[in-house]
Amino acid sequence: MTDLTSLTLAEARDRLRSRAISSAEITRAHLEAMEKGSALNAYVATTPEKAMQMAAASDARIARDEAGPLEGLPIGVKDLYATEGVHTQACSHILDGFKPPYESTVTANLWRDGAVMLGKLNMDEFAMGSSNETSYYGPVASPWLPPNWNADKARAALGDPKKKGLLTPGGSSGGSAAAVAARLCLAATASDTGGSIRQPAAFTGIVGVKPTYGRCSRWGMVAFASSLDQAGPLARTVRDAAILLRSMAGPDAKDSTCSPAPVADYEAAVGRSIKGLTIGIPREYRLDGMNPAIEGLWAKGGDWLRAAGAKVVDVSLPHTRHALPAYYIVAPAEASSNLARYDGVRYGLREASSDIVGLYEKTRAKGFGAEVRRRLMIGAYVLSAGYYDAYYLRAQKIRTLIKRDFEDAFAEGVDAILTPATPSAAFGIGEKASVDPVEMYLNDVFTVTVNMAGLPGLVAPAGLSEDGLPLGLQLIGRAFDEETLFTLGEIIEQSAGRMALPGTWWA
Amino acid sequence: MSVDLNAVRRIAHLARIGVSEEETPHLQGEINAILKFIEALEAVDVEGVEPMTSVIPMKLPMREDVVTDGGIVDKVLANAPLTEDGFFLVPKVIE
Amino acid sequence: MAETANAKLIKGATGDWEVVIGLEVHAQVVSRAKLFSGASTEFGGEPNTHVSLVDAAMPGMLPVINRECVAQAIRTGLGLKAEINPRSTFDRKNYFYPDLPQGYQISQYKSPIVGEGEIQVDLSPDHSIRVGVERLHLEQDAGKSLHDQSPTMSLVDLNRSGVALMEIVSRPDMRSSEEAKAYVSKLRTILRYIGSCDGDMEKGNLRADVNVSVRRPGEPLGTRCEIKNVNSIRFIGQAIEAEARRQIAIIEDGGAIEQETRLFDPGQGQTRSMRSKEEAHDYRYFPDPDLLPLELDPAWVQRLASELPELPDAKKARFMADYGLSPYDASSLVAERETADFFESAVKHGGAKRDAKAVANWLMGDLAAQANALGVSAADAGLPAASLATLVDLIGEGVISGKIAKDVLALLFGEERGADPRAVVEKRGLKQVTDLGEIERAVDDVIAANADKAEQAKAKPGMLGWFVGQVMKATGGKANPQAVSDLLKRRLGL
Repeated sequence: MTDLTSLTLAEARDRLRSRAISSAEITRAHLEAMEKGSALNAYVATTPEKAMQMAAASDARIARDEAGPLEGLPIGVKDLYATEGVHTQACSHILDGFKPPYESTVTANLWRDGAVMLGKLNMDEFAMGSSNETSYYGPVASPWLPPNWNADKARAALGDPKKKGLLTPGGSSGGSAAAVAARLCLAATASDTGGSIRQPAAFTGIVGVKPTYGRCSRWGMVAFASSLDQAGPLARTVRDAAILLRSMAGPDAKDSTCSPAPVADYEAAVGRSIKGLTIGIPREYRLDGMNPAIEGLWAKGGDWLRAAGAKVVDVSLPHTRHALPAYYIVAPAEASSNLARYDGVRYGLREASSDIVGLYEKTRAKGFGAEVRRRLMIGAYVLSAGYYDAYYLRAQKIRTLIKRDFEDAFAEGVDAILTPATPSAAFGIGEKASVDPVEMYLNDVFTVTVNMAGLPGLVAPAGLSEDGLPLGLQLIGRAFDEETLFTLGEIIEQSAGRMALPGTWWA
Repeated sequence: MSVDLNAVRRIAHLARIGVSEEETPHLQGEINAILKFIEALEAVDVEGVEPMTSVIPMKLPMREDVVTDGGIVDKVLANAPLTEDGFFLVPKVIE
Repeated sequence: MAETANAKLIKGATGDWEVVIGLEVHAQVVSRAKLFSGASTEFGGEPNTHVSLVDAAMPGMLPVINRECVAQAIRTGLGLKAEINPRSTFDRKNYFYPDLPQGYQISQYKSPIVGEGEIQVDLSPDHSIRVGVERLHLEQDAGKSLHDQSPTMSLVDLNRSGVALMEIVSRPDMRSSEEAKAYVSKLRTILRYIGSCDGDMEKGNLRADVNVSVRRPGEPLGTRCEIKNVNSIRFIGQAIEAEARRQIAIIEDGGAIEQETRLFDPGQGQTRSMRSKEEAHDYRYFPDPDLLPLELDPAWVQRLASELPELPDAKKARFMADYGLSPYDASSLVAERETADFFESAVKHGGAKRDAKAVANWLMGDLAAQANALGVSAADAGLPAASLATLVDLIGEGVISGKIAKDVLALLFGEERGADPRAVVEKRGLKQVTDLGEIERAVDDVIAANADKAEQAKAKPGMLGWFVGQVMKATGGKANPQAVSDLLKRRLGL
């Protein structure tokens, strides 16, 4: 009997529909895998009873021929999403014990379509980070072995809560990416504000999509930066990501920034021809001292698309290099306001104090980790009197310029833009714990532009580094043209060949 | 642009995050590192450019004036650390 | 004009002072649900029962704007003859306070929905001034904290959190407490006419932040202090007087005014500084990224304009022109829309042309007195407008005298509640005696019975009144007093 956890989401869906397997079976298989893989620390809360109940209900619906698009499929949920009655803390101490009396729109969509919830996945605290190292629950170990490590050495390192030496799966959706890559769920629902889906996808050799801003509802997602946050899928194949996104996306009257436009059939776009499409290669993404493996892979990606019938041209996105600094003004600014509600009064952690200011200051000092604290203070600073114009206003103007760069390229006839996903392969946990926080921020150099412009981005695994670690390529599309990204992503996936994910060494 | 220790204290208070005296210099270093990073933006020409006010072109949706919510005091208080008789409790605020 | 201006000056120890006043009025919007959430705006209620997850600022909650609140702001702007801005934005005003669960208030800072307008403020029935309105914007109200229930804790109720407010900012055009009180009164009337705010200051649905500064006439503006949350028109006047005196005393003593926020203490009749010794709030305003700019459909604004009711100034002018009312009477009637409507129903009842001034006099006189005794307004006293019309008709037709009409009115508020005035007159035989023969007989009888007084009357014409009274008594009050008086004068040789 095939290891059920090795199936793709699409394969599992088809077998469930044909009654070859049951949801109870595949859910149980995942719960067992989760237990065996618990040392990876991908999950911060598991919901085995609920999962089996949902699986039973799904099997009943399948038997009645009432199967939804995700019927019976076990999915992991990033800890950022409000899941009713279940641990929801955005992996922060300040939301200790919080169990929301409501369900986020995106996860409600999953359950509406019949999916089964396995549990909540680890992440950087409040989605602020690129390595899952800022989580209150400790780091996540990537299922990829560090170069030259054997399984024994890796298992020993797993025993250390700090996971030193093991690889990070990226962040902020580190737990989600690790779980997908390690087959601890068929796919995961994650979020992306500056690259938090796409960078972990690249680091773990899987597919990640950040849809157009407004494609998915933000209602019930713990807010980090309101004008940048977007929900999206992490999965092992392009098709899987397409299937999951279709269920997640859609209009929501409770979110004023959620688009009322209907959702396309993304799966139908997988496998279409790309003849006649024009792909832009932006020269400004070629950084000085760029990793030659990544440069080579980028060129190869262009070759694959050309071979499949697309035209590949050079484009210029002149304001590219301003995106990262501008992001580190806009995102912290919005976060400083969004996180003001964490004050010990209505939920979460509360530190004792005899006066109200003390309550706030002690609770927030205790409850927030160092990275969150840094960003909240930067945010307060750039919005403060005398600095607003020089920082926040200026950054929002630069955002207009960044978006305009893309619009100009698209207006010239470009259908999508191909770029590297990350400046490097995955690094070791603890490796970037330097004094300079900016070093970690540089991980997002290729991804933040997409959030700043509100466009959709897809990362697909495309090859390996010299050390044998996964590298991805990113495709950036026009607003609400996720279909083209899935079509192109499939070509990359087919051309590169399915990424061989690491075998289970952790159990 | 960089901040001195007083500015760090002031910002910490603005953000209501307690920062000890020992931590303040380290925090100052971190913040200044980030400020240095974003300094690069000063050189960008933004003359005549409008700040982004909506990420995607969309009209602000409006709701009908109907009561569709509330009456859920149990849910509202369910996660509160300290309540009494339906109120949230906080240390006394002197006006 | 200079004379009037001087009359407003305050005499200090070292000379005259001019008070400069600006008002920021917070008006709670009449709507069923809150500005950005679907919870109820109903007053009172058990704590935290009119609170949605959005109002409680749960993680992941988002605002969605209530169309009716926007409409009310537009209507109000139109009523203030102001610019309706086709594009406005919402900003977050960030600060920490237990009654502000988000840690920010959604307001409008840079681009409000309504721009400059003005209010015509009547200081007396025939003297008005124009007070400029700088802007009107929409914002959320905060919750409520109770500080006196426990020695160590404050209790927080978020029922009011998120209710829509209109903040209406005046230009600093007022120069006396009278002007300020009249401004708020007129603004309140306009809001009630439009139906965008009920103006109930006791409930806190209308409150004012009063900005006061003083200066020597002709000098530049002085430093102002803001007196927050004054919730009655009377207190607004008192607060201004107290604050002006305080500032004048400081300056005349050689000191300088510190710009600060103060509260008015009605018990002491003084303003006092608010506790905040901390730095002035840095609100870090920025556009709310959970909302998009509000762009108004011109056709919608047009429609709202066409649906506006006749406003007090226009109504007053029309009452004066069409009904020949004096400025005073017209002003009194239009102060409350219900009263004006009641008046007009009575005047127009049955399509007849009746004496509008008479209707006005009865409404503002005896009817108002009856209503006051019941603690309600004339329009709400329970007397149908038709009955007032009939009463006036009865007098006009000569069926009853004015004196008898007073009695009838009293009956309509008493035993004859709900009855038709004509029926009451019939039933109780209250028709006045107009038959001259009958009156003559009564007059002659009274003179005959009081011959000595009749003689004295020639020298003391004031005694006519006594004779009139006697004749009225003899006729059971039903004789026409005018006819009685005329006849007595002739008979007594006056």
